[in-house]
Amino acid sequence: MKFTLSWLKEHLETTASLNEIDDTLNRIGLEVEEIYNPASKLDGFITARIDSVENHPDSDHLHLLTVNDGSQKYQVVCGAPNVKVGLVGIFAPEGTLIPLYNEKLTRAKIRGVESCGMMCAEDELGIGQDHNGIIELPNDTPLGLPAAQILNIDPIIEVSITPNRAECLGVRGIARDLAAAGLGKLKPLNIVKTEAKFTNPIKISVECPENCPVYTGRYIRGVNNHAETPKWMKDRLSAIGLHSISPLVDITNYINFDLARPLHVFDADKLKGGITVRMAKAGEKFVALNEKEYELPDYALGICDDEGVQCLGGIMGGLEKGCNENTVNVLLECASFKPMCIAKTGRHLQIDSDSRYRYERWVDPKSNVSGSDYATALILSICGGEASDLTIVGSEDIAPQIAYLRPERLETLIGMPVSAEKSMEILQNLGFTVSLENGKIKAVSPSWRGDIEGEHDLVEEVVRMVGIDKVPSILPPCSTFPKQILTPVQHNVATIKHELATRNMYETVTWSFTDSEIAKFFRKGNDAILLQNPIAKELNEMRPSILPNLLLAVKNNVARGYANVALFEVGPEFTGRNPGEQHISASGVRAGQTAKKEWTASARNYDVFDAKADALAVIAAAKGPYENPQITTDAPNYYHPGRSGTIRLGKNVLAYFGEIHPSILKALDIKTRVMAFEVNVDNIPLPRQSNGKTRKKLELSAFQPVDKDLAFVVNKDVNAASVIAAAKNADRNHITDVRIFDVYEGDNLPTGKKSIAISLTFQPVEQTFTDKDIENLMNKVIVEVGKKTGGELRKE
Amino acid sequence: MENLDNLKSEVLKNIQASADLKGLDEIRVSILGKKGQLTEMMKGLGALPLEEKIAMGKGLNIVKSEIEQALEAQKKILEEKALNEKLANETIDVTLPVRPETQGRIHPISKIYEEVAAIFGEMGFDVADGPDIEDQFHNFNALNMPNNHPARQMQDTFYINDNPEKPFDMDTAYVIRTQTSGVQIRTMEKQQPPIRIIALGRTYRSDYDATHTPMFHQVEGLIIDKNITMAHLKGCLNNFMKAFFELDDLPMRYRPSYFPFTEPSAELDIGCKVTKTELKIGAGTDWMEILGCGMVHPSVLRAGGIDPDEYQGFAFGMGLDRIAMLKYGIPDLRLFFESDVRWLKHYGFTPLDISSMTGGLSDNGGLAR
Repeated sequence: MKFTLSWLKEHLETTASLNEIDDTLNRIGLEVEEIYNPASKLDGFITARIDSVENHPDSDHLHLLTVNDGSQKYQVVCGAPNVKVGLVGIFAPEGTLIPLYNEKLTRAKIRGVESCGMMCAEDELGIGQDHNGIIELPNDTPLGLPAAQILNIDPIIEVSITPNRAECLGVRGIARDLAAAGLGKLKPLNIVKTEAKFTNPIKISVECPENCPVYTGRYIRGVNNHAETPKWMKDRLSAIGLHSISPLVDITNYINFDLARPLHVFDADKLKGGITVRMAKAGEKFVALNEKEYELPDYALGICDDEGVQCLGGIMGGLEKGCNENTVNVLLECASFKPMCIAKTGRHLQIDSDSRYRYERWVDPKSNVSGSDYATALILSICGGEASDLTIVGSEDIAPQIAYLRPERLETLIGMPVSAEKSMEILQNLGFTVSLENGKIKAVSPSWRGDIEGEHDLVEEVVRMVGIDKVPSILPPCSTFPKQILTPVQHNVATIKHELATRNMYETVTWSFTDSEIAKFFRKGNDAILLQNPIAKELNEMRPSILPNLLLAVKNNVARGYANVALFEVGPEFTGRNPGEQHISASGVRAGQTAKKEWTASARNYDVFDAKADALAVIAAAKGPYENPQITTDAPNYYHPGRSGTIRLGKNVLAYFGEIHPSILKALDIKTRVMAFEVNVDNIPLPRQSNGKTRKKLELSAFQPVDKDLAFVVNKDVNAASVIAAAKNADRNHITDVRIFDVYEGDNLPTGKKSIAISLTFQPVEQTFTDKDIENLMNKVIVEVGKKTGGELRKE
Repeated sequence: MENLDNLKSEVLKNIQASADLKGLDEIRVSILGKKGQLTEMMKGLGALPLEEKIAMGKGLNIVKSEIEQALEAQKKILEEKALNEKLANETIDVTLPVRPETQGRIHPISKIYEEVAAIFGEMGFDVADGPDIEDQFHNFNALNMPNNHPARQMQDTFYINDNPEKPFDMDTAYVIRTQTSGVQIRTMEKQQPPIRIIALGRTYRSDYDATHTPMFHQVEGLIIDKNITMAHLKGCLNNFMKAFFELDDLPMRYRPSYFPFTEPSAELDIGCKVTKTELKIGAGTDWMEILGCGMVHPSVLRAGGIDPDEYQGFAFGMGLDRIAMLKYGIPDLRLFFESDVRWLKHYGFTPLDISSMTGGLSDNGGLAR
């Protein structure tokens, strides 16, 4: 909501400075977005007089001026039509920054004649729209004065009005609030009742009073819409960004912003028959002022003549029967419409208008007659004509809202006592009718306030006028000692992030949305969860996996010249459209090499085992079954079929890891191999609640462990994990560790076979091993591995 | 005896002249070995008369001992020399760089999450979670925003069809939460007061420019109890702001505002100084809007199954991304979600930078490498 200082002062008698107004608006809840003061941009502009005017030798519309600023004379080339000797105006010497162009004025030759400055029009100074000629000041204006000092400059104030304060969508509402805050006095609104010269010939009926409680119409004949809108009105409209169109349109716009009172004007000569206010028929067509055709729902309010809907009540007028410059007779509509009806229709048809904006919040239901009178007077004074009587359908005699305030509520809800007298005074200043009833303040809302439902609303009114800064600051009482506040899962998530960061990965945060075209490769059985109204077509689906976004991140980083990328994200993945059908995933990607080329030659390509290690580290960070993971080779098909795995606890999938399938990379135009992992954090079982943090007692053996190596020849399809498991199983008491130290396929082995070499740690328990003991253990391993994997001891 | 003296002086001279351990050992063998000169002389003692034997034996033993000492001394010298030579050969250029190590990073959003949780944890708040896809009851209606409420337009909502079998219906459709406030309702549904929670998470609005992204993060706070007042709201938030920005002198101003779910409502501005190149939080001439707050609206309590005549409280909400930008001087919101490794490295936090109120809120992880 924008207005100018002079406009405000039309309603508010005040001596307050712009700064005081700024502070007060903020203090009472009318947040100041911006104050634009054109005076701040008028450095260098001064008053000057035209001493002589000659024709430009090379042009029939340019003139050569001698301009005098009181101490110096300048030669200026000027194209303005209103130049004359003796005119005092605003002069910009060279070097002045011109607000309209945001450029410094330089000395220039115009058609061969040098021009050393400029006589200015209003628009060039940013103080108006007028570009018809240069500014003319009174002839006795002193020369050489700063322009800011001499021009009548009107600062523009922009406030943001919250939805509950609809009355402040008019300048008068803002003035009233400032007056209540003690910043001046609200001037009375002078509404002149126009004498009715004839009876309104247009019949008006309302079929839906539940949505249109009051409808007024007045016929005005013989108006001149060619008339010029007065400068003061044009200036105010232009200051808030509205172009002058015609006096009739300008007047309705002006009153909309002046009194928050929407109006509509029909060209009465175009109307066929009477006006009927009714609900639209479903599917009824309507062409609005914006030249778009709408198909109306049955809850839209139509202002109709015999030929159909001519105005979408409270939202937008129709194209066909509106006014244009040739309009002579008009019907002025000033009515009350129910907010819900307007909001629903506006939202459905997606029409935004200043009128809808006001009606769907609150328009003073008692301002129909006064609004019509106010507009009629303005129309007659600007466009001439004669007014009929006012047809009023419905009654403005609407029961006011009443709320009660217990005076002590200020102390019990706000923590700041305010006396009953003070509260009553504040409410009264805001227009409430107040009285004391059984110790409670009874407050009858003024008709312009539609937001006062109960006590809390009255408390708010009192608080904002006293000032929230007066409320004391007290820490909320807390009788408990600080404790861990993260739930076990939240705690795990934090640990996982730090774990992955220590594993040299960068944490990223990507959209919860992704591109369906990519997501389709990653869905696991469920439908696409598409947004109805995505912000972009690449962000149209709730991500079924974090990987698509991470892969795009790899692609973008590689494109920027960063080929070695290790990124992870911990966040939601969506498995269904219903609330809660989501889980937390810790996912990561690695592409390129561990480092750039350097002298120790330590850099190597990332491979599947990096991704597997990451996944296991995440599981460990979440206190999951890290030590004996069950690894199967059935990862989803967006992974490389031969280089991927699933980490599971029976049916419960904890993680996938592997190299991303080359065809997916191709589809994404990624030219490097990418390793990836995804851990479903919600699937990791939480440790059982236990009391205390006591650790299992450490049993230290007195005997040295012994390391022994064995190599087995197995079929190629035997996996390493089964060899390790079999070896461990051979004697769980004494075999404490099994490591694979070599895997070999090739020349010295039969086809279809490979060699797996393991290193075993034997730990004596009761006494030191004898050679025989060790031999027995080795034999147990050989037998068990043979039994479980078909492996035979490799003979050199 | 003269022979012995000559031998001694010659041997000692040879020992001192020996240049390596091998040569030294050869000297030892030639003198003290089985067939060494001195050994031979010792062997010859037996043939001598007793007195001579005693005198000669004494002399030989003294010489032997002197030679042994000399050998030992020279051995030490030569060993040290050999070691020094060996070490000299092993010299490497220690100015060479170390093996490459990449230090990972924690994203600013996660860091701010931890900082915020650390501060509110001290004030007795728990952390609650809620779903990203919400029904309109929890996202709007229960928060005193019935259908067609104008405040719904303040939020450009993303919708999801609740039933793909049927045409989209805006009245029953799901939304992706426009605010974390739905967690308030979900908490009230599960728990009677006293309630003291914060909820942090992703929120979504259909807006994209330098200061808006379609996804951003919020932290929401809620206290419900019998005697909680707006003075407590101010105490809670004033202390939070000072703790979070780590500034004792932080100007703050509350402006009355409007949110459907609170009344009275307010927005909090903090002081800052804006220059052409930077924005600095703290005492200055400008104000920066930082959060919205207010006393929980009675309708919201009722929607959550709590009697507003018995309980009251306050709620607040602020943007995590926004406070991260303000605290750490991060200029462009959009880059938070770009996964640009240069940005992540520069604005991210080291893995050991773990926040606590007593151990330090920030700068805990050492220098970023």
